[in-house]
Amino acid sequence: MGNNSKVITVSINGEPRQLPANMAIASLIDEMGLTGKRIALERNGEIVPRSTFTTQSLSAGDKLEIVVAVGGG
Amino acid sequence: MNDKLIIAGKSYSSRLLVGTGKYKDFAETRAALDASGAEIVTVAIRRTNLGQNANEPNLLDAVPMSKFTYLPNTAGCYTADDAVRTLRLARELLDGHSLVKLEVLGDPQSLYPNVIETLAAAKTLVAEGFQVMVYTSDDPIIAKQLEDIGCVAIMPLASLIGSGMGILNPWNLQLIMERVQVPVIVDAGVGTASDAAIAMELGCHGVLMNTAIAAAQQPVLMASAMKQAVEAGRSAFLAGRMPKKLYSASPSSPTAGIISSTRS
Repeated sequence: MGNNSKVITVSINGEPRQLPANMAIASLIDEMGLTGKRIALERNGEIVPRSTFTTQSLSAGDKLEIVVAVGGG
Repeated sequence: MNDKLIIAGKSYSSRLLVGTGKYKDFAETRAALDASGAEIVTVAIRRTNLGQNANEPNLLDAVPMSKFTYLPNTAGCYTADDAVRTLRLARELLDGHSLVKLEVLGDPQSLYPNVIETLAAAKTLVAEGFQVMVYTSDDPIIAKQLEDIGCVAIMPLASLIGSGMGILNPWNLQLIMERVQVPVIVDAGVGTASDAAIAMELGCHGVLMNTAIAAAQQPVLMASAMKQAVEAGRSAFLAGRMPKKLYSASPSSPTAGIISSTRS
């Protein structure tokens, strides 16, 4: 984590997760193996457009929802 | 015959809309969809499975958006707020796609719609530019209010979701159709082909189903049966059925020219 070793806790799909402070959303998506996948992301109740993943970074206490389309009626 | 289903200004050849849930695998999902002839297919929006292999087969590969019109739903939502958030996510997920199926449920046993939350969610979604096809009870007053809000299709239940009980109150469906101008699509409760045909004979503009196909012993064959039933029911509606009467003094064969009795 280089010289910025501060760790923050965020919630991803209801599960707490420790991540380096100021991590870009794009880096998180990459780490989760979701780069290039059709997903949508909500942070604290607001949509985060995919086009802004590289410019937006995470803050302590963020609540993320990451969703996909699945079979349903 | 040029008889298209028109929803929000777009025309569709098939009046059968189908869900993509409960199939044994994506191959069966796709085979059933193809057999049904459906153009509009519902999908659910769910959290990614953290820690699962991101390269697993997914719905988008089996049911490509280039071939089908996706109708993201809000299944499992019990509040207007959750439904609205789910469809905002769906719109982002599907590149700005605005045609959606709103359903806000009232309780997890019956899955009966909560019309108060549904009305609230519909208002927000319409204001945000969504084209809302709305699942609701078969209450004609609520149906009219949903149309007045700006929903592009009213989708009353025939009976409870997943029940296969068929059309329990055809009279209410009639009342709804007499009151609203937008398409009325029976959503939920269809169990077998005759149910779909009856819905169409009543004058409904379409039928949406999932379990009736997916839970059949042979889903692909049932999908084909549903396609035929919807087409047959629609044709019968357009043809205009004969009036029902208790008996008729008008036999189908000529009354003249019958040979005489030898018993006189």
